Amino acid sequence: MKKSIQDLRIVSKEYPGNNYVLLKMTTTDGSLLPEMLPGQFAELKVDESPSTFLRRPISINYVDKDNNHVWFLIQMIGDGTKKLGSLNEGDLISVILPLGNTFTTDLTQGSKALLVGGGVGTAPMLYLGAALKAKGVNVSFLLGARNIDALLQLEDFRQYGNVHTTTEDGSHGEKGFITNHSVLNDEKFDYIFTCGPKPMMMAIAKYAADKKIECEVSLENKMACGFGVCLCCVENTKEGHKCVCSDGPVFNLKKLLWQD
Amino acid sequence: MARLDVKIGNLELKNPVMTASGTFGYGIEFADFIDLNRLGGFIVKGTTLKHREGNPYPRMAEVPMGMLNAVGLQNKGIDYFAENIYPELKDFDTNVIINVSGSTIEDYVATAEKCNALENIPAIELNISCPNVKEGGMAFGTSTKSAEDVVSAVRKAYDKTLIVKLSPNVSDIASIAKAAEAAGADSVSLINTLLGMAVDAEKRTPLLSTVTGGMSGAAVKPIALRMVWQVFNAVKIPVIGLGGIMNATDAIEFLLCGATGVQLGTANFIDPQITVKVIDGINEYLDRQGCKDVNEIIGALKV
Repeated sequence: MKKSIQDLRIVSKEYPGNNYVLLKMTTTDGSLLPEMLPGQFAELKVDESPSTFLRRPISINYVDKDNNHVWFLIQMIGDGTKKLGSLNEGDLISVILPLGNTFTTDLTQGSKALLVGGGVGTAPMLYLGAALKAKGVNVSFLLGARNIDALLQLEDFRQYGNVHTTTEDGSHGEKGFITNHSVLNDEKFDYIFTCGPKPMMMAIAKYAADKKIECEVSLENKMACGFGVCLCCVENTKEGHKCVCSDGPVFNLKKLLWQD
Repeated sequence: MARLDVKIGNLELKNPVMTASGTFGYGIEFADFIDLNRLGGFIVKGTTLKHREGNPYPRMAEVPMGMLNAVGLQNKGIDYFAENIYPELKDFDTNVIINVSGSTIEDYVATAEKCNALENIPAIELNISCPNVKEGGMAFGTSTKSAEDVVSAVRKAYDKTLIVKLSPNVSDIASIAKAAEAAGADSVSLINTLLGMAVDAEKRTPLLSTVTGGMSGAAVKPIALRMVWQVFNAVKIPVIGLGGIMNATDAIEFLLCGATGVQLGTANFIDPQITVKVIDGINEYLDRQGCKDVNEIIGALKV
């Protein structure tokens, strides 16, 4: 897929939860956004933040084709992401996209997929859920966060499937961690997709491996470029070091060394 | 429009702008963003005799106005390059230069010989300055004797343009440059990354798997400029300047300090179109300054 670098304009800015900002962006000249696939990401340039030297990799949260919008859900952790969150409607951001590979979406119609997201790792699950539902897949989401304020976009998720939640303080859904949620025992799935903190993904991966369920994980190793030239974001796989940015970010669990 | 072409050894460049090894992949990764044929040249990633997996993750830490890396020369080896990458690169209308690394003189020579056989590779850049590999690399570039030994051995095996990439992690870079020149280098390029370190205070751990790594980016430019100026005043062969170039003005500063060519490195990560912007910017500068030829400003610093 051809990558593009262009300034995109912020058309809407929302704060869906504590320390999160949702930017909806479009092209400046009315041209169509490039095609983007679930699991792909973009590199956003941050201006006027002296401590932010590199772009920030941000996953594609959703593509609203009707309005020609791309959504970025950003957790404001450091100065760079806070600066992105301080921009206003009408402001421009230099964006490189689309980057990386994609989740598998050509599943058998009627098959059951569980999409597991923790924290800001829920972001790519929205666009993936939409794509899977459009293919007739039976979609369930399992979303986890520290508390109810950090559980984001639940109304959006409900459009594409059943939503199960956990919070560490019990303020929404089941209390505890994602990996203890009852849906994992009560239902059978054909495919699991996950993105979030590595310990969470590794626990989900173990569940999938034990139950012999196909599993794809989305990694977010620290990267400098985002398009496969700096070789900084490597994950050690069964085929040696692979760049998370260009060979990933999505990897089939069987390719990783997590089970060994 | 001024003339932008420069000569480095027998190498003719349509303009002074090249890319730094390890920041530009094999060039083709940038084909969606720029016309590679516009570049004076591009230097593909550090290539060794045999496949190297590189260092473990994590390999990168962002620092104020720069970054540290500890990639450790991950590459598939010169034979893989010759069979799989070279065919894709050989017909570009620009200079494709291979950065050659090794851990022994024999490795350097064997790799250089294989490069010599690739017809459309007009030059190699000998990397005697990588700070991220234990067994060599930078060690060759930190004493005049070892620099002279490796450069003269490669010189005998390689008859096209030989550029030697110098380490800034030395007390007197001019003496290393002179040793490379005496051993037959056609040009020197500088600087490679500066040895640095970053720490996570809360976890009490280093941020890189290798503890130390190579620093690059905007923050290193003043050091790079100083070293280019010192080397320019010490050798007769053309100097290629790099280190922290983020825009056309930065590149022009290097030319004024004596660089015949420049390489853009870390800047490619932030703006994959930066190379062509710098070429355009140099051209605008020359027009504004009333210069007809970029060679007029090389080493033209008024001191």
